[in-house]
Amino acid sequence: MDWLNQLNPTQQFVIFSAVKALVAVVVLLSIVAYTVLAERKICAAIQDRIGPNRAGPWGLLQPAADAIKAFLKEDFIPAHVRKVYFWLAPALAMTPALLTIAVIPFGSQLGAQKMVIADLNVGVLYTFGIVSLGVYGIVLAGYAANSKYPFLGGIRASAQMISYEIAMGLSVIPVFLLVGSLNLSRVIEYQAGGLFDWLVFKQPLAFAIFVAAAFAETNRLPFDLPEAEQELAGGYNVEYSAIKFAMFFLGEYANMVAASALMVTLFLGGWTLPWAGLNQPAATLAGGLAHVGIFLAKVLGVLVVFIWVRWMWPRFRYDQLMDLGWKRLLPLALANVLFTATFLWARA
Amino acid sequence: MQAALFYIFAALALVCGFLVVANPFSRNPVTSAMCLVLTLVWLAGLFVLLEAFFLGAVQILIYAGAVMVLFLFVIMLLDLRAEERRRLKRLGLVGGGLVAAALAVLLRGVIHEAAPAAAAPPAVEGTTEALGRLLFTRYLLPFEAVSVLLLVAMVGVVLLSKKELK
Amino acid sequence: MDAQLAQYIPVLILLVLAGAVSGGMLLLAHWLGKAGRRTAAKDMAYECGMVPVGGGSTRLAVKFYLVAMLFILFDIEVVFLYPWAVVFRELLREAATANLIFWAMVSFLGVLFAGYLYAWRKGALDWHEPRRAGSPAAPNRSR
Repeated sequence: MDWLNQLNPTQQFVIFSAVKALVAVVVLLSIVAYTVLAERKICAAIQDRIGPNRAGPWGLLQPAADAIKAFLKEDFIPAHVRKVYFWLAPALAMTPALLTIAVIPFGSQLGAQKMVIADLNVGVLYTFGIVSLGVYGIVLAGYAANSKYPFLGGIRASAQMISYEIAMGLSVIPVFLLVGSLNLSRVIEYQAGGLFDWLVFKQPLAFAIFVAAAFAETNRLPFDLPEAEQELAGGYNVEYSAIKFAMFFLGEYANMVAASALMVTLFLGGWTLPWAGLNQPAATLAGGLAHVGIFLAKVLGVLVVFIWVRWMWPRFRYDQLMDLGWKRLLPLALANVLFTATFLWARA
Repeated sequence: MQAALFYIFAALALVCGFLVVANPFSRNPVTSAMCLVLTLVWLAGLFVLLEAFFLGAVQILIYAGAVMVLFLFVIMLLDLRAEERRRLKRLGLVGGGLVAAALAVLLRGVIHEAAPAAAAPPAVEGTTEALGRLLFTRYLLPFEAVSVLLLVAMVGVVLLSKKELK
Repeated sequence: MDAQLAQYIPVLILLVLAGAVSGGMLLLAHWLGKAGRRTAAKDMAYECGMVPVGGGSTRLAVKFYLVAMLFILFDIEVVFLYPWAVVFRELLREAATANLIFWAMVSFLGVLFAGYLYAWRKGALDWHEPRRAGSPAAPNRSR
């Protein structure tokens, strides 16, 4: 590693950042691949079936088989579509999903390196900004297909996503009232004290609203209106096939992973555990790895809840969905903000 | 590094901005809207280079992520085909060129007069904390005025889009 | 270079990386994918087997614009809450600003909540049009 020490700090910083970004993307995509498998396995268990079990032991190679299939299938572009947007939409659905993880601290330290890709002070605003760009992939997919079901699906999806973005943005304000910084590393520091410093216990209502909004933002049941197989035959991605179809799928699951990671960071203590000194930044390599492991374990736990809910709950009707977002969650979140502010003000 | 990034972002913003109004490849309004989104994203990059981090994030969140979604919705309601058939008019081109030239002359004069000797450090830190402090102490009245402005906009939206009010 | 500004370099790296992954997948599948025959049925828009009638893009209900416009307004409101939330506790500690910072936001939210209630009362947040007597959808009970 001599050559590494000879570089100036800027070059080292760039190299370390690139390595972190690359590893994060690879890990994210692997988690996505195995979440799809977990989804199928858990769904099978809930429905008293076996689920995929042919590719490898317990179907563990199923993601690889799916990927190969997606790449080798005919990449068909129907004649009636708008070609440029037909190509662009899958990329626009997937890229923001990969970008959202940049500010999330996935561990404390490995050696001298902080385990976050970009330690931005605007933290959560960056994430929400990127999430808001995620709408384009879906609305353009609907537009590109130039066909009725996808068009309706795309418009529905975008209206749903923008409606719940407000509830999502409002729900986390009390968290930042308490923490006093938008930087996600600071949010974790705030929760490091003990189990009951976790914001899920201090702000249970904020957590509940955030979870509901996250389900809607990622188009998961009970809010999977954009796909709604029975009425839209699959929604915005009907005309897509092969890898382009798979990319919408990957984007959706990557969004789900990012939402889980955000939930863990904002409300569930991030990489900390209140026992055995695991709530302080790691001094050793093993400690650093343990923190990354804790973070990943928490994220996987939340992902299982995502999947569990999907196979247990029926779908909302569209007007119920809009009512819930605009008439229930929004005033509730607003009341929570005012309540928290009044509490802090009265105490001061 | 910063200077290089500035020129890259500025050039990209200009190119995308040009494509919004006069795209030689496509007359599709959706393409124009998407180019405008890109322009706004590069502008956010410029804000970040100016160390206005909060503004950079908000630029993406509000302009690229909210206002442009409305634009897309509106475009999708209108008859796209008619817009695509419309050709550039010579009079419009000449008029637009003249206005652009006049604006350039004006701007050049202003910049020439106000040219700072050296790059001054930013007067306000661009962080959310610094901005919040300023907003809620010195600029409190404009902030409260914003709430009235938003209220007026909300009433306007409701009135405009509901044909038959309760 | 400023320390905070330097933190945006990894964002740029990640942007390039994410773009490369998405673009790479598209291109790879384009090269690897099997080319099939193009038939008239395959080129048809998918409508569960029915032959499509009319163009692809139907017209939208005006409600979608209403939602989009209200979304912008509320989004702006939410964005103002972030700098407030960040400095709230800090300014509470100083006697001169403690009440100011609290009532400033209460009045801001109060005015906007009035607008929200107005929109609600006027039915702007209702997804379903209320059924009126005499409209074809309303059940006719006089007969």
